[in-house]
Amino acid sequence: MSSREQATPLDAFGEPSTGAGSPSAAPAARAGQPLVRVRNLVKHFPITRGIVIQRKVGAVQAVDDVSFEIERGETLGLVGETGCGKSTTARLITRLLEATSGEVSFDGQEITHLRGARLKGFRRQVQMIFQDPYSSLNPRKTIGSIIGEPFAIHRLLREKDARKREIQRLMETVGLNPEHYNRYPHEFSGGQRQRIGVARALALEPKLLIADEPVSALDVSIQAQVLNLLRDLQRRLGLTIVFIAHDLSVVRHMCDRVAVMYLGKIVEIGDSRSLYEFPRHPYTAALLAAVPVADPSLHGSERRLLGGDVPSPANPPSACRFHTRCPKAQALCSQEEPLLEDKGSPIPGQPGTLVACHYPLSREEVAQTGVRSAR
Amino acid sequence: MPSAPGEPLLRVEDLRVEFPSEDGVVHAVDGITYQVFAGRTLGIVGESGSGKTVSSLTTLGLTRRQGARISGRILFEGRDLLTLPEEGMRAIRGNEIAMVFQDPLSSLHPLYKVGRQLIEAVRAHRDASKAQARERAVELLGLVGIPDPSRRVDQYPHEFSGGMRQRVMIAMALANEPKLLIADEPTTALDVTVQAQILALLERLQQELGMAIVIITHDLGVVAEMADDIAVMYAGRIVETASAARVFAGPEHPYTWGLLKSIPRLDAPREEDLVPIPGTPPSLIAPPSGCHFHPRCPYAQPSHSEIDPAIEPVPGEPEHHVACLLEHEVRAGLWQELSRGGTPEQALAEVGLAEETV
Repeated sequence: MSSREQATPLDAFGEPSTGAGSPSAAPAARAGQPLVRVRNLVKHFPITRGIVIQRKVGAVQAVDDVSFEIERGETLGLVGETGCGKSTTARLITRLLEATSGEVSFDGQEITHLRGARLKGFRRQVQMIFQDPYSSLNPRKTIGSIIGEPFAIHRLLREKDARKREIQRLMETVGLNPEHYNRYPHEFSGGQRQRIGVARALALEPKLLIADEPVSALDVSIQAQVLNLLRDLQRRLGLTIVFIAHDLSVVRHMCDRVAVMYLGKIVEIGDSRSLYEFPRHPYTAALLAAVPVADPSLHGSERRLLGGDVPSPANPPSACRFHTRCPKAQALCSQEEPLLEDKGSPIPGQPGTLVACHYPLSREEVAQTGVRSAR
Repeated sequence: MPSAPGEPLLRVEDLRVEFPSEDGVVHAVDGITYQVFAGRTLGIVGESGSGKTVSSLTTLGLTRRQGARISGRILFEGRDLLTLPEEGMRAIRGNEIAMVFQDPLSSLHPLYKVGRQLIEAVRAHRDASKAQARERAVELLGLVGIPDPSRRVDQYPHEFSGGMRQRVMIAMALANEPKLLIADEPTTALDVTVQAQILALLERLQQELGMAIVIITHDLGVVAEMADDIAVMYAGRIVETASAARVFAGPEHPYTWGLLKSIPRLDAPREEDLVPIPGTPPSLIAPPSGCHFHPRCPYAQPSHSEIDPAIEPVPGEPEHHVACLLEHEVRAGLWQELSRGGTPEQALAEVGLAEETV
């Protein structure tokens, strides 16, 4: 046991004495603290050569020195393009992956070294919703047993009738017909399956819900059903949600705060409104300008396209990783890594974002990039 | 140009495509009519299973072998492609009409160099030597914006990124300067900044080569950027078609309203709630009676489950067609309320749709 763990009560993730709905109460002292605090988190996947004798020849720097906090009751969006490390970050917070280095504290307790029963206790409080509602449900199990699985794993609600009542209550919460308790996944549509996934994630009343691209596999008309459900649940149950998506319009609709990632780094993080209205990082602005807007009357307005492709995370550019594609890059950008810091708000009276850029955009420059989001 | 001005390059008339299956006949495309003019872009919008891809595959004669029952006419420069023998079809496919598919990784052969695949596309329709075809391949890669094309031509597909692979697919489709390019969800598998690059590329190529484009997508943002005209498909039918400007400014079909109101938009106030379309898309084996959309339509009347609406011009707009049983005035009132941010219930209350007695 490390000294850090001795400083906090050992029973924080212990098995609760009764029922599903009683996660160990957080001491009043912790109430003002963020729910999750991530410090200098790093995940490198080794690249190996050789079959029998494997030697490490490099590393994919999936997440590289990332720090942020998640406040209680907020929805934090993680956005970025394929391979930027957003899903890896989420999997590190849930301990589905082991971090290479860095710290993650959950509810005041360091979780990167938890083992055994205490890891299991932690996992009760963090649940995940996956992207593909087809492959994330076991086709040979009934909906009732899929949603009830968390109770079985954590040996809660062992009394059969009580468990069934709770499962049916959950089904109702997410807008499923409780009478469909004994049906199989193939009898449900994509949107309904995603509701099943949500019900399963809510079963243990987690403190943190991680939704990894929860609507990108769904049809347009169904997406809105699931988004409204998540927003409604967030308001009703006061959930803390990490919402991962590549669709910037969806993230803006769902999130209070947004972190933009590029090649394993957070390049900008801040209040949703500030970030969408006045992005300071050239990459954020380029992402926003690239979103097609469903209004032909806006078409033709000039916008700046980002050239080239995302470089390989196995061999990222030096210093600022965006400098190879950045329209504002100067010599300093390839020599010195910019820190994620407050560069002052361009709008008086509105908080600015934290941005990792030597030359953040001014209001005039934002207007030139063709960002078209409303207040 | 062989087609006289005003004559469409492609005209699809009452096309029906049915696939017999174990569970019954799948009515994938159920009587659709549309046209595409030279140099213009038609956007076909719809969800999965609406028949948008099947109708385009049929245009290229790619559903023939799957035992599909096809009726109607597909006139390309006056010739009916449905009655053309396979040999004649092969002379058109990849030559005068070309297609770009959604997934560039599975559309390229992983074991052949990109150059060889491009050369094959060129030589399939042209009497060119290998050296000439290779020269053309390099030229094509340059045209679609691949840097250092003379080196890249000798690389394998896995050495290209997703966006670069899609550029290769576009290069291959352009090999013989087609008059019509069908792009089926060309950017769905790509990241948003790469999507913007590919869309800009398609627009530039259209201007340079003067070809017509049919772009199939579920993304209303993409059609708004690309299309001159839009056809909205639902359950195998076109429910609304008009110029892109009209579809976004004055949509007439409740399904189109549903699509427009169910996507979060960057240029809308963040607090605005999404209005999802209730229910799920219908089965194409036993589609709902009457108007196919009536089970999901908040404004459906009892008679709408019996009467099948024909697609008819909107009063005062000869180019705007819609298949809806509501009166034009009622629709205008409903959309006015919806576009102000009202819910379907509020719109109904405002317009006061008279309950009909059947």
